[in-house]
Amino acid sequence: MVSVDRRSRGARAESLENRAAHVRERANWMRRRLLRMIVDAGQGHPGGDLSATDVISSLYFDILRIDPAAPNAPDRDRFVMSKGHCTGALYSALAGAGFFPEADLDTYLKPESRLNGHPNRTYLPGVETNTGPLGHGLPVAVGIAVAAQIDEADYRVFVLTGDGELQEGSMWEAAMFAGHRGLGQLTVIVDRNRLQQGAGTEDTNALEPLADKWRAFGWEVEEMDGHDHAAVLATLDAACEPRDKPRCIIANTFKGHGVSFMENQASWHHGVPNAEQYAQAIAELEAEMGQ
Amino acid sequence: MSAAAAPTGMFDCRDAYVHTIEELAVADERIVAVVNDSVGSSKLGKFRDRFPRRLINVGIAEQNMVGVGAGLANGGKIPFVSGASCFLSARALEQIKADCAYSQANVKLCGISSGVAYGELGATHHSIEDVAWLRAIDKLTVIVPADPWETAEAIKAAVAHDGPVYIRISRMPVPELARDKPVFNIGKAETLRAGGDIAIIANGTLVHRALAAAEALAAEGVSARVINMATVSPIDTRAIADAAATGSIVTAEEGLAHGGLGGAVAEYCAQNVPVRMRMLGFPGFLPTGSAAWLMDRFGLNADGIAAAARDLLGVKVG
Repeated sequence: MVSVDRRSRGARAESLENRAAHVRERANWMRRRLLRMIVDAGQGHPGGDLSATDVISSLYFDILRIDPAAPNAPDRDRFVMSKGHCTGALYSALAGAGFFPEADLDTYLKPESRLNGHPNRTYLPGVETNTGPLGHGLPVAVGIAVAAQIDEADYRVFVLTGDGELQEGSMWEAAMFAGHRGLGQLTVIVDRNRLQQGAGTEDTNALEPLADKWRAFGWEVEEMDGHDHAAVLATLDAACEPRDKPRCIIANTFKGHGVSFMENQASWHHGVPNAEQYAQAIAELEAEMGQ
Repeated sequence: MSAAAAPTGMFDCRDAYVHTIEELAVADERIVAVVNDSVGSSKLGKFRDRFPRRLINVGIAEQNMVGVGAGLANGGKIPFVSGASCFLSARALEQIKADCAYSQANVKLCGISSGVAYGELGATHHSIEDVAWLRAIDKLTVIVPADPWETAEAIKAAVAHDGPVYIRISRMPVPELARDKPVFNIGKAETLRAGGDIAIIANGTLVHRALAAAEALAAEGVSARVINMATVSPIDTRAIADAAATGSIVTAEEGLAHGGLGGAVAEYCAQNVPVRMRMLGFPGFLPTGSAAWLMDRFGLNADGIAAAARDLLGVKVG
């Protein structure tokens, strides 16, 4: 269970080092858990799950002001998973944070499971909007941020998008409008692993210069190492400070990060480890935590 | 397409729409309007003036508009997302499906200038497929009001209903329907005229023409029931079953002849109460012409409805 911290951010007593150690431990647990889910289900998206795990761990186990006992509290922070296929990372975080029993992860993709291949808010507490088709999460997050702006509410809206997902035009409709409205409550994190389903983003429909594109749409832009927990926390802390522009954080990541043979391999977008590969992956992750 | 005054006794349902949401918005701060550069065509200028912070104009971006609507609902608002129905329904179809219906977001989608209101502008601007598309989406309520009163009632019912609703609003002037004890309920048909020889099921701008057709048929000794089926999804199957008991059904709508209201009625009848039917609507992409001309050209008028009824009943005239 995560403890709910409704104190203002920045007033936390813990050192960044301690916070990062906690988030790192949770991320390692998420990686092992989501790989088991994928192996049990026989399908999934481990590549994108593993590139996003450290950012999602940082959000759910440190940054977000959320209460699993009151998942619809009006003043909760919102996290919108725009890259909705990466349910391994999202579901393991939600379960780890206490939104539903961890045992439910064993039902992943099974008949009648609440853990659908793409997140569904009517099935699972903690899911803010149903995603799956790409290009949907950012417009919805923009709408939530507009509601916060109208109400002068202080909750924050985070959205995680894939980098390949930015090839969808609806993302730029939303980006343009968020810049126009000066949505300071809104933070977009781009999981910049540079691989889409079948090939590199730059070989398919290039995104660079990506930071310049966001800036041109009226956003503040920062880049970070999306696997360095201290860097992620420090960047997200800064993103929570009051401001009058939406912020884009480009998280430089590697698809499949944390498992040596998956890292930076497009083939692991939706690959499933065999028994030997799974054992190796778990051994690597346990070794990383000194277990 | 200018905002010419409606003929005496005729009403633009957009006025009822904006008047109603303005009234509701005074008492309910959750109500906001979202538009795609369509303040003028949605007639929301006064709403913007009264509630400037609650009018959100996303510009010409329908996918974002519907997504923003879903997000506003997540933030506790009741958004009325308004835009030309041709673009709202088609361009943002996946957002309507995933962000609104599948997510059960409390979004009210208002398709303005529906049907062939933009007649001369061509098939890109005709919204004759919207009901067929949207009634196929689970958990999305689809309402096609026939007059200003019903438009206003549909808006109120949509606010009272927790979930996504699509309301199709014409800009063509229509008369106010005469009603004894008017009651509007989502999913309930309204029998406007009793009759046992045949049933005419219509909605929107065709209800008025259906009543005129029934009048003409009465003069020939044919007793035609007229049913206003404003809610296409969920549809009133009881009313359809009762209509089928007459032995003949004509459906009429300002949309495709297949897939919309007629399709919904036919689906139910084919599986439950097989009955002779004629489905009146447009065949597909239409030629250039005014809305009135197109309605006449394709038989969506009292003469066309009466002719279909006679044909179905095997009645020879003259």
